[in-house]
Amino acid sequence: MRQFSVELDELHEKVLQMGGQVESAIHRSVRALVERDAELARQVLRDEARINQMEIEIDNVTTRLFALRQPMARDLRFLTSAMKINTDLERMGDLAVNIAQRALSLVAQPPVKPLIDIPRMAQLVESMLLRALDAFVKGDAEVARAVLTSDDEVDALRDSVYQELVVYMQKDPATVPAAVDLIFVARNLERIADHATNIAEDVVFAVQGVDVRHHATEVKNA
Amino acid sequence: MGTAKVPSPSSAAGKPVTQPGKLKAVNLNFYYGNYKALHDISLEVPANRITALIGPSGCGKSTFLRTLNRISETIHNTRVEGQVLLDDENVLTVDVTALRRRVGMVFQKSNPFPKSIFDNVAYGLKVNGFRGSLKDAVERSLQRAALWDEVKDKLQKSAYALSGGQQQRLCIARALAVDPEVLLLDEPCSALDPIATAKIEDLLFTLKDQCTIVIVTHNMQQAARVADRTGFFLLGKLIEYNTTEIIFKTPTKQETEDYITGRFG
Repeated sequence: MRQFSVELDELHEKVLQMGGQVESAIHRSVRALVERDAELARQVLRDEARINQMEIEIDNVTTRLFALRQPMARDLRFLTSAMKINTDLERMGDLAVNIAQRALSLVAQPPVKPLIDIPRMAQLVESMLLRALDAFVKGDAEVARAVLTSDDEVDALRDSVYQELVVYMQKDPATVPAAVDLIFVARNLERIADHATNIAEDVVFAVQGVDVRHHATEVKNA
Repeated sequence: MGTAKVPSPSSAAGKPVTQPGKLKAVNLNFYYGNYKALHDISLEVPANRITALIGPSGCGKSTFLRTLNRISETIHNTRVEGQVLLDDENVLTVDVTALRRRVGMVFQKSNPFPKSIFDNVAYGLKVNGFRGSLKDAVERSLQRAALWDEVKDKLQKSAYALSGGQQQRLCIARALAVDPEVLLLDEPCSALDPIATAKIEDLLFTLKDQCTIVIVTHNMQQAARVADRTGFFLLGKLIEYNTTEIIFKTPTKQETEDYITGRFG
Protein backbone atom coordinates (compact mmCIF):
# COMPACT_ATOMS: atom_id res chain seq x y z
CA MET A 1 0.00 0.00 0.00
CA ARG A 2 2.76 2.43 0.86
CA GLN A 3 4.29 1.81 -2.56
CA PHE A 4 1.02 2.73 -4.20
CA SER A 5 0.79 5.90 -2.11
CA VAL A 6 4.22 6.91 -3.30
CA GLU A 7 3.26 6.19 -6.89
CA LEU A 8 0.09 8.24 -6.58
CA ASP A 9 2.05 11.17 -5.18
CA GLU A 10 4.53 10.92 -8.04
CA LEU A 11 1.69 10.95 -10.55
CA HIS A 12 0.22 13.99 -8.81
CA GLU A 13 3.58 15.71 -9.22
CA LYS A 14 3.86 14.84 -12.88
CA VAL A 15 0.40 16.24 -13.65
CA LEU A 16 1.25 19.45 -11.81
CA GLN A 17 4.54 19.76 -13.62
CA MET A 18 2.80 19.37 -16.93
CA GLY A 19 0.19 21.90 -15.85
CA GLY A 20 2.93 24.35 -15.01
CA GLN A 21 4.58 23.93 -18.38
CA VAL A 22 1.27 24.41 -20.18
CA GLU A 23 0.49 27.51 -18.14
CA SER A 24 3.90 28.90 -19.01
CA ALA A 25 3.35 28.17 -22.70
CA ILE A 26 0.03 30.02 -22.67
CA HIS A 27 1.51 32.96 -20.81
CA ARG A 28 4.54 33.26 -23.07
CA SER A 29 2.59 32.85 -26.29
CA VAL A 30 0.28 35.74 -25.35
CA ARG A 31 3.20 37.86 -24.18
CA ALA A 32 4.95 37.17 -27.49
CA LEU A 33 1.80 38.37 -29.21
CA VAL A 34 1.34 41.52 -27.12
CA GLU A 35 5.04 42.48 -27.08
CA ARG A 36 5.57 41.41 -30.71
CA ASP A 37 8.43 39.16 -29.57
CA ALA A 38 9.22 36.64 -32.30
CA GLU A 39 11.96 34.88 -30.34
CA LEU A 40 9.63 34.27 -27.39
CA ALA A 41 7.06 32.81 -29.78
CA ARG A 42 9.67 30.48 -31.27
CA GLN A 43 10.64 29.38 -27.77
CA VAL A 44 7.06 28.25 -27.17
CA LEU A 45 7.16 26.23 -30.38
CA ARG A 46 10.40 24.56 -29.33
CA ASP A 47 9.08 23.68 -25.88
CA GLU A 48 6.04 21.86 -27.23
CA ALA A 49 7.93 18.59 -27.52
CA ARG A 50 8.48 18.50 -23.78
CA ILE A 51 4.76 18.86 -23.09
CA ASN A 52 3.94 16.09 -25.54
CA GLN A 53 6.52 13.83 -23.93
CA MET A 54 4.95 14.38 -20.53
CA GLU A 55 1.56 13.42 -21.93
CA ILE A 56 2.97 10.06 -22.99
CA GLU A 57 4.68 9.53 -19.65
CA ILE A 58 1.56 10.29 -17.65
CA ASP A 59 -0.54 7.92 -19.75
CA ASN A 60 2.05 5.19 -19.26
CA VAL A 61 2.09 5.67 -15.51
CA THR A 62 -1.70 5.68 -15.13
CA THR A 63 -2.12 2.58 -17.30
CA ARG A 64 0.53 0.81 -15.30
CA LEU A 65 -1.19 1.71 -12.03
CA PHE A 66 -4.53 0.43 -13.35
CA ALA A 67 -2.92 -2.86 -14.31
CA LEU A 68 -0.91 -3.42 -11.17
CA ARG A 69 -2.78 -1.80 -8.34
CA GLN A 70 -6.51 -2.49 -8.99
CA PRO A 71 -7.43 0.96 -7.73
CA MET A 72 -10.76 1.43 -5.98
CA ALA A 73 -13.01 4.37 -5.09
CA ARG A 74 -11.12 7.66 -4.86
CA ASP A 75 -7.90 6.13 -6.19
CA LEU A 76 -9.81 4.81 -9.18
CA ARG A 77 -11.49 8.16 -9.76
CA PHE A 78 -8.20 9.98 -9.33
CA LEU A 79 -6.56 7.82 -12.01
CA THR A 80 -9.40 8.18 -14.53
CA SER A 81 -9.36 11.92 -13.91
CA ALA A 82 -5.59 12.13 -14.26
CA MET A 83 -5.85 10.51 -17.69
CA LYS A 84 -8.47 12.97 -18.82
CA ILE A 85 -6.72 16.00 -17.33
CA ASN A 86 -3.60 14.82 -19.16
CA THR A 87 -5.40 15.00 -22.48
CA ASP A 88 -6.88 18.41 -21.75
CA LEU A 89 -3.46 19.77 -20.77
CA GLU A 90 -1.86 18.48 -23.94
CA ARG A 91 -4.59 20.12 -26.05
CA MET A 92 -4.06 23.37 -24.17
CA GLY A 93 -0.38 23.09 -25.04
CA ASP A 94 -1.29 22.69 -28.70
CA LEU A 95 -3.51 25.75 -28.55
CA ALA A 96 -0.69 27.79 -26.96
CA VAL A 97 1.50 26.75 -29.87
CA ASN A 98 -1.19 27.94 -32.28
CA ILE A 99 -1.27 31.27 -30.50
CA ALA A 100 2.54 31.51 -30.79
CA GLN A 101 2.27 30.80 -34.51
CA ARG A 102 -0.28 33.58 -34.88
CA ALA A 103 2.07 35.84 -32.92
CA LEU A 104 4.84 35.14 -35.44
CA SER A 105 2.47 35.97 -38.26
CA LEU A 106 1.35 39.20 -36.58
CA VAL A 107 4.90 40.38 -35.86
CA ALA A 108 5.43 40.50 -39.63
CA GLN A 109 2.41 42.80 -40.08
CA PRO A 110 1.62 46.32 -38.86
CA PRO A 111 -0.41 46.32 -35.62
CA VAL A 112 -4.18 46.53 -36.08
CA LYS A 113 -5.20 48.01 -32.72
CA PRO A 114 -4.07 48.24 -29.11
CA LEU A 115 -4.66 44.85 -27.54
CA ILE A 116 -6.93 45.07 -24.52
CA ASP A 117 -9.45 42.27 -24.61
CA ILE A 118 -7.04 39.57 -25.67
CA PRO A 119 -4.66 40.14 -22.75
CA ARG A 120 -7.71 40.29 -20.49
CA MET A 121 -8.91 36.94 -21.86
CA ALA A 122 -5.46 35.48 -21.37
CA GLN A 123 -5.40 36.64 -17.76
CA LEU A 124 -8.76 35.02 -17.08
CA VAL A 125 -7.86 31.84 -18.85
CA GLU A 126 -4.56 31.48 -17.01
CA SER A 127 -6.37 32.09 -13.73
CA MET A 128 -8.87 29.35 -14.58
CA LEU A 129 -6.09 26.90 -15.32
CA LEU A 130 -4.14 27.78 -12.18
CA ARG A 131 -7.26 27.46 -10.03
CA ALA A 132 -8.19 24.13 -11.62
CA LEU A 133 -4.69 22.82 -10.92
CA ASP A 134 -4.88 24.20 -7.39
CA ALA A 135 -8.19 22.37 -6.88
CA PHE A 136 -6.53 19.23 -8.20
CA VAL A 137 -3.61 19.52 -5.75
CA LYS A 138 -5.78 20.22 -2.73
CA GLY A 139 -8.64 17.89 -3.67
CA ASP A 140 -10.96 20.87 -3.32
CA ALA A 141 -14.19 20.45 -5.23
CA GLU A 142 -15.47 23.93 -4.31
CA VAL A 143 -12.48 25.66 -5.87
CA ALA A 144 -13.02 23.46 -8.93
CA ARG A 145 -16.70 24.36 -9.17
CA ALA A 146 -15.84 28.08 -9.02
CA VAL A 147 -13.69 27.67 -12.14
CA LEU A 148 -16.76 26.53 -14.06
CA THR A 149 -18.50 29.87 -13.59
CA SER A 150 -15.63 31.85 -15.17
CA ASP A 151 -16.22 30.34 -18.57
CA ASP A 152 -19.04 32.71 -19.50
CA GLU A 153 -16.86 35.79 -19.11
CA VAL A 154 -14.26 34.29 -21.46
CA ASP A 155 -16.94 33.50 -24.03
CA ALA A 156 -18.24 37.08 -23.80
CA LEU A 157 -14.75 38.49 -24.37
CA ARG A 158 -14.24 36.31 -27.41
CA ASP A 159 -17.50 37.60 -28.89
CA SER A 160 -16.49 41.17 -28.12
CA VAL A 161 -13.07 40.70 -29.78
CA TYR A 162 -14.78 39.25 -32.82
CA GLN A 163 -17.27 42.11 -33.12
CA GLU A 164 -14.64 44.77 -32.66
CA LEU A 165 -12.34 43.27 -35.27
CA VAL A 166 -15.17 42.90 -37.77
CA VAL A 167 -15.67 46.64 -37.54
CA TYR A 168 -11.94 47.24 -38.16
CA MET A 169 -12.00 44.90 -41.16
CA GLN A 170 -15.03 46.62 -42.63
CA LYS A 171 -13.38 50.02 -42.24
CA ASP A 172 -10.01 48.98 -43.65
CA PRO A 173 -9.62 45.77 -45.64
CA ALA A 174 -5.85 45.98 -45.33
CA THR A 175 -6.24 44.91 -41.69
CA VAL A 176 -8.00 41.68 -42.63
CA PRO A 177 -5.04 39.25 -42.43
CA ALA A 178 -3.93 40.57 -39.04
CA ALA A 179 -7.49 40.84 -37.75
CA VAL A 180 -8.19 37.25 -38.74
CA ASP A 181 -5.05 36.16 -36.86
CA LEU A 182 -6.35 37.97 -33.80
CA ILE A 183 -9.76 36.36 -34.10
CA PHE A 184 -8.05 32.96 -34.16
CA VAL A 185 -6.07 33.89 -31.06
CA ALA A 186 -9.27 34.81 -29.24
CA ARG A 187 -10.84 31.54 -30.36
CA ASN A 188 -7.83 29.57 -29.13
CA LEU A 189 -7.97 31.29 -25.75
CA GLU A 190 -11.65 30.46 -25.49
CA ARG A 191 -10.88 26.82 -26.29
CA ILE A 192 -8.17 26.82 -23.64
CA ALA A 193 -10.78 28.02 -21.15
CA ASP A 194 -13.05 25.13 -22.16
CA HIS A 195 -10.25 22.68 -21.40
CA ALA A 196 -9.70 24.36 -18.04
CA THR A 197 -13.38 23.78 -17.22
CA ASN A 198 -12.98 20.13 -18.27
CA ILE A 199 -10.14 19.83 -15.78
CA ALA A 200 -12.29 21.41 -13.08
CA GLU A 201 -15.13 18.96 -13.84
CA ASP A 202 -12.71 16.05 -13.60
CA VAL A 203 -11.49 17.29 -10.21
CA VAL A 204 -15.07 17.41 -8.93
CA PHE A 205 -15.56 13.83 -10.07
CA ALA A 206 -12.30 12.66 -8.53
CA VAL A 207 -13.07 14.28 -5.17
CA GLN A 208 -16.83 13.88 -4.86
CA GLY A 209 -17.73 11.12 -7.29
CA VAL A 210 -20.25 13.44 -8.93
CA ASP A 211 -20.25 14.01 -12.69
CA VAL A 212 -20.99 17.71 -13.30
CA ARG A 213 -20.32 17.78 -17.02
CA HIS A 214 -22.93 19.27 -19.34
CA HIS A 215 -25.01 20.44 -16.38
CA ALA A 216 -24.09 24.10 -16.67
CA THR A 217 -27.21 25.52 -15.01
CA GLU A 218 -27.18 22.97 -12.21
CA VAL A 219 -23.56 23.73 -11.39
CA LYS A 220 -23.98 27.50 -11.45
CA ASN A 221 -26.95 27.27 -9.14
CA ALA A 222 -25.14 24.89 -6.78
CA MET B 1 -7.58 13.98 -1.69
CA GLY B 2 -10.45 15.20 0.54
CA THR B 3 -13.15 13.03 2.08
CA ALA B 4 -15.70 11.32 -0.13
CA LYS B 5 -19.04 13.10 -0.11
CA VAL B 6 -22.38 11.44 -0.62
CA PRO B 7 -23.00 11.31 -4.37
CA SER B 8 -26.55 12.01 -5.53
CA PRO B 9 -28.49 8.85 -6.40
CA SER B 10 -29.23 10.03 -9.91
CA SER B 11 -25.60 10.36 -10.78
CA ALA B 12 -24.13 7.31 -9.11
CA ALA B 13 -26.93 4.78 -8.68
CA GLY B 14 -26.50 1.15 -9.60
CA LYS B 15 -29.52 -0.91 -10.54
CA PRO B 16 -32.18 -0.43 -7.83
CA VAL B 17 -33.03 -3.47 -5.74
CA THR B 18 -36.30 -4.61 -7.23
CA GLN B 19 -36.00 -8.16 -5.99
CA PRO B 20 -37.96 -8.89 -2.83
CA GLY B 21 -35.89 -9.43 0.29
CA LYS B 22 -35.29 -13.15 0.61
CA LEU B 23 -33.46 -12.89 3.91
CA LYS B 24 -33.71 -10.00 6.28
CA ALA B 25 -31.81 -9.16 9.43
CA VAL B 26 -33.66 -6.72 11.68
CA ASN B 27 -31.81 -5.04 14.54
CA LEU B 28 -29.68 -8.11 15.02
CA ASN B 29 -27.34 -8.29 17.99
CA PHE B 30 -25.17 -11.30 18.72
CA TYR B 31 -23.19 -12.26 21.82
CA TYR B 32 -20.44 -14.77 22.44
CA GLY B 33 -20.94 -14.95 26.20
CA ASN B 34 -20.67 -11.34 27.29
CA TYR B 35 -18.87 -10.23 24.16
CA LYS B 36 -21.12 -8.34 21.77
CA ALA B 37 -20.00 -9.44 18.34
CA LEU B 38 -22.77 -7.88 16.25
CA HIS B 39 -24.31 -4.47 16.87
CA ASP B 40 -27.79 -3.73 15.61
CA ILE B 41 -27.43 -5.18 12.13
CA SER B 42 -30.27 -4.51 9.72
CA LEU B 43 -29.76 -5.80 6.20
CA GLU B 44 -31.96 -7.15 3.42
CA VAL B 45 -30.60 -9.83 1.10
CA PRO B 46 -32.35 -9.68 -2.28
CA ALA B 47 -33.59 -12.92 -3.82
CA ASN B 48 -31.70 -14.43 -6.74
CA ARG B 49 -28.75 -12.15 -6.31
CA ILE B 50 -25.25 -12.53 -4.95
CA THR B 51 -24.62 -10.51 -1.82
CA ALA B 52 -21.06 -10.21 -0.56
CA LEU B 53 -20.00 -9.37 2.99
CA ILE B 54 -16.54 -7.87 3.30
CA GLY B 55 -14.47 -6.47 6.12
CA PRO B 56 -11.25 -7.05 8.03
CA SER B 57 -10.65 -10.12 10.19
CA GLY B 58 -12.85 -10.17 13.26
CA CYS B 59 -15.36 -7.68 11.89
CA GLY B 60 -18.32 -10.02 12.39
CA LYS B 61 -19.12 -10.96 8.84
CA SER B 62 -18.78 -14.71 9.40
CA THR B 63 -20.61 -14.43 12.71
CA PHE B 64 -23.43 -12.70 10.87
CA LEU B 65 -23.48 -15.34 8.15
CA ARG B 66 -23.83 -18.08 10.74
CA THR B 67 -26.91 -16.49 12.27
CA LEU B 68 -28.71 -16.74 8.94
CA ASN B 69 -29.20 -20.48 9.26
CA ARG B 70 -28.73 -20.64 13.02
CA ILE B 71 -25.55 -22.65 12.76
CA SER B 72 -24.24 -20.17 15.31
CA GLU B 73 -26.28 -22.12 17.83
CA THR B 74 -23.83 -25.01 17.62
CA ILE B 75 -21.36 -22.78 19.46
CA HIS B 76 -21.76 -22.72 23.24
CA ASN B 77 -22.97 -19.73 25.14
CA THR B 78 -24.18 -17.58 22.28
CA ARG B 79 -27.19 -15.31 22.30
CA VAL B 80 -29.17 -13.57 19.59
CA GLU B 81 -31.28 -10.44 19.92
CA GLY B 82 -33.39 -9.13 17.10
CA GLN B 83 -34.66 -11.07 14.13
CA VAL B 84 -33.59 -12.97 11.08
CA LEU B 85 -36.43 -13.41 8.61
CA LEU B 86 -36.59 -15.90 5.76
CA ASP B 87 -39.40 -14.86 3.42
CA ASP B 88 -40.66 -12.69 6.26
CA GLU B 89 -40.78 -15.66 8.63
CA ASN B 90 -38.69 -15.50 11.80
CA VAL B 91 -36.05 -18.24 11.52
CA LEU B 92 -36.23 -18.83 15.26
CA THR B 93 -39.77 -20.13 14.84
CA VAL B 94 -38.90 -22.45 11.98
CA ASP B 95 -37.68 -26.00 12.65
CA VAL B 96 -33.91 -25.66 12.59
CA THR B 97 -33.24 -28.75 10.48
CA ALA B 98 -35.76 -27.63 7.89
CA LEU B 99 -34.16 -24.18 8.01
CA ARG B 100 -30.71 -25.56 7.30
CA ARG B 101 -32.07 -27.50 4.35
CA ARG B 102 -33.54 -24.31 2.90
CA VAL B 103 -30.47 -22.27 3.80
CA GLY B 104 -27.37 -24.31 3.00
CA MET B 105 -23.80 -23.54 3.92
CA VAL B 106 -20.37 -24.05 2.37
CA PHE B 107 -17.31 -23.47 4.50
CA GLN B 108 -13.85 -22.06 3.99
CA LYS B 109 -12.12 -25.37 4.34
CA SER B 110 -13.96 -27.91 2.24
CA ASN B 111 -15.24 -30.68 4.47
CA PRO B 112 -16.47 -33.61 2.40
CA PHE B 113 -17.57 -36.63 4.37
CA PRO B 114 -15.15 -39.58 4.48
CA LYS B 115 -17.30 -41.30 1.90
CA SER B 116 -17.45 -41.73 -1.84
CA ILE B 117 -18.25 -38.81 -4.08
CA PHE B 118 -21.66 -40.29 -4.73
CA ASP B 119 -22.45 -40.85 -1.07
CA ASN B 120 -21.38 -37.33 -0.15
CA VAL B 121 -24.04 -35.85 -2.42
CA ALA B 122 -26.63 -38.53 -1.65
CA TYR B 123 -26.28 -38.27 2.13
CA GLY B 124 -28.50 -35.25 2.66
CA LEU B 125 -31.15 -36.70 0.37
CA LYS B 126 -31.17 -40.03 2.16
CA VAL B 127 -31.34 -38.44 5.57
CA ASN B 128 -34.31 -36.39 4.44
CA GLY B 129 -36.16 -39.45 3.21
CA PHE B 130 -35.79 -38.82 -0.49
CA ARG B 131 -38.03 -41.14 -2.49
CA GLY B 132 -37.01 -40.51 -6.10
CA SER B 133 -33.98 -41.71 -8.09
CA LEU B 134 -30.85 -41.00 -6.04
CA LYS B 135 -28.71 -41.52 -9.10
CA ASP B 136 -30.55 -38.80 -11.04
CA ALA B 137 -30.59 -36.41 -8.10
CA VAL B 138 -26.85 -36.87 -7.48
CA GLU B 139 -26.08 -36.31 -11.15
CA ARG B 140 -28.23 -33.21 -11.20
CA SER B 141 -26.45 -31.75 -8.20
CA LEU B 142 -23.03 -32.52 -9.58
CA GLN B 143 -24.08 -30.91 -12.89
CA ARG B 144 -25.28 -27.81 -11.07
CA ALA B 145 -21.96 -27.65 -9.24
CA ALA B 146 -20.06 -27.89 -12.54
CA LEU B 147 -18.33 -31.04 -11.30
CA TRP B 148 -20.17 -33.82 -13.14
CA ASP B 149 -17.83 -34.12 -16.13
CA GLU B 150 -14.82 -34.44 -13.88
CA VAL B 151 -16.23 -37.13 -11.58
CA LYS B 152 -18.87 -39.04 -13.56
CA ASP B 153 -16.53 -41.97 -14.16
CA LYS B 154 -15.38 -42.24 -10.56
CA LEU B 155 -18.43 -41.66 -8.40
CA GLN B 156 -17.45 -44.49 -6.09
CA LYS B 157 -14.02 -43.07 -5.42
CA SER B 158 -13.35 -41.36 -2.11
CA ALA B 159 -14.10 -37.67 -1.99
CA TYR B 160 -10.61 -37.20 -0.58
CA ALA B 161 -9.12 -38.22 -3.92
CA LEU B 162 -10.36 -34.95 -5.39
CA SER B 163 -8.31 -31.73 -5.60
CA GLY B 164 -9.07 -28.84 -3.25
CA GLY B 165 -11.13 -27.02 -5.83
CA GLN B 166 -13.04 -30.17 -6.73
CA GLN B 167 -13.72 -30.94 -3.07
CA GLN B 168 -15.16 -27.49 -2.63
CA ARG B 169 -17.44 -27.94 -5.63
CA LEU B 170 -18.42 -31.31 -4.17
CA CYS B 171 -19.42 -29.53 -0.97
CA ILE B 172 -21.48 -27.14 -3.06
CA ALA B 173 -23.08 -30.09 -4.86
CA ARG B 174 -23.83 -31.64 -1.49
CA ALA B 175 -25.50 -28.44 -0.33
CA LEU B 176 -27.42 -28.12 -3.59
CA ALA B 177 -28.72 -31.70 -3.45
CA VAL B 178 -31.48 -30.74 -1.02
CA ASP B 179 -32.55 -27.80 -3.22
CA PRO B 180 -31.83 -24.91 -0.89
CA GLU B 181 -33.38 -21.53 -1.48
CA VAL B 182 -30.32 -19.80 -0.07
CA LEU B 183 -26.67 -20.74 -0.24
CA LEU B 184 -24.31 -19.26 2.33
CA LEU B 185 -20.60 -19.40 1.51
CA ASP B 186 -17.97 -18.51 4.06
CA GLU B 187 -14.76 -17.59 2.19
CA PRO B 188 -15.23 -20.59 -0.11
CA CYS B 189 -12.21 -19.84 -2.29
CA SER B 190 -9.57 -18.72 0.18
CA ALA B 191 -7.77 -22.06 0.02
CA LEU B 192 -8.02 -22.35 -3.76
CA ASP B 193 -5.83 -21.26 -6.65
CA PRO B 194 -7.04 -18.65 -9.17
CA ILE B 195 -8.30 -21.20 -11.68
CA ALA B 196 -10.31 -23.14 -9.11
CA THR B 197 -11.57 -19.81 -7.75
CA ALA B 198 -12.67 -18.70 -11.22
CA LYS B 199 -14.59 -21.97 -11.68
CA ILE B 200 -16.45 -21.47 -8.44
CA GLU B 201 -17.20 -17.82 -9.24
CA ASP B 202 -18.58 -18.83 -12.65
CA LEU B 203 -20.64 -21.45 -10.86
CA LEU B 204 -22.12 -18.86 -8.52
CA PHE B 205 -23.24 -16.81 -11.53
CA THR B 206 -25.13 -19.76 -12.93
CA LEU B 207 -26.62 -20.66 -9.55
CA LYS B 208 -28.05 -17.30 -8.64
CA ASP B 209 -31.05 -17.71 -10.94
CA GLN B 210 -32.13 -20.66 -8.86
CA CYS B 211 -30.83 -19.60 -5.51
CA THR B 212 -30.07 -16.62 -3.32
CA ILE B 213 -26.38 -16.41 -2.52
CA VAL B 214 -24.57 -14.77 0.36
CA ILE B 215 -20.80 -14.93 0.31
CA VAL B 216 -18.34 -13.81 2.95
CA THR B 217 -15.00 -12.93 1.43
CA HIS B 218 -11.85 -11.14 2.46
CA ASN B 219 -10.94 -10.84 -1.21
CA MET B 220 -12.33 -7.52 -2.37
CA GLN B 221 -11.69 -8.24 -6.00
CA GLN B 222 -13.86 -11.32 -5.64
CA ALA B 223 -16.69 -9.25 -4.20
CA ALA B 224 -16.20 -6.79 -7.05
CA ARG B 225 -16.34 -9.62 -9.59
CA VAL B 226 -19.34 -11.57 -8.40
CA ALA B 227 -21.56 -9.59 -6.08
CA ASP B 228 -24.63 -7.54 -6.95
CA ARG B 229 -24.67 -5.99 -3.49
CA THR B 230 -21.87 -5.65 -0.99
CA GLY B 231 -21.96 -4.99 2.74
CA PHE B 232 -18.94 -3.69 4.63
CA PHE B 233 -18.60 -4.81 8.24
CA LEU B 234 -16.28 -3.29 10.81
CA LEU B 235 -16.04 -4.07 14.53
CA GLY B 236 -19.39 -5.83 14.51
CA LYS B 237 -21.25 -3.03 12.76
CA LEU B 238 -22.59 -2.80 9.25
CA ILE B 239 -20.92 0.37 8.02
CA GLU B 240 -22.22 0.51 4.49
CA TYR B 241 -24.41 -1.65 2.29
CA ASN B 242 -25.16 -0.86 -1.33
CA THR B 243 -24.76 -1.99 -4.92
CA THR B 244 -21.26 -3.28 -5.50
CA GLU B 245 -20.66 -0.56 -8.06
CA ILE B 246 -21.33 2.19 -5.55
CA ILE B 247 -19.28 0.53 -2.82
CA PHE B 248 -16.22 0.27 -5.04
CA LYS B 249 -16.63 3.39 -7.16
CA THR B 250 -18.15 6.02 -4.87
CA PRO B 251 -18.48 4.73 -1.29
CA THR B 252 -20.19 7.15 1.08
CA LYS B 253 -18.42 6.25 4.32
CA GLN B 254 -14.80 7.10 4.99
CA GLU B 255 -14.24 3.75 6.74
CA THR B 256 -15.43 1.89 3.67
CA GLU B 257 -13.15 3.87 1.41
CA ASP B 258 -10.19 3.43 3.75
CA TYR B 259 -10.73 -0.34 3.77
CA ILE B 260 -11.18 -0.86 0.06
CA THR B 261 -8.29 1.40 -0.90
CA GLY B 262 -6.03 -0.48 1.50
CA ARG B 263 -5.42 2.51 3.77
CA PHE B 264 -6.46 0.47 6.78
CA GLY B 265 -4.08 -0.01 9.70
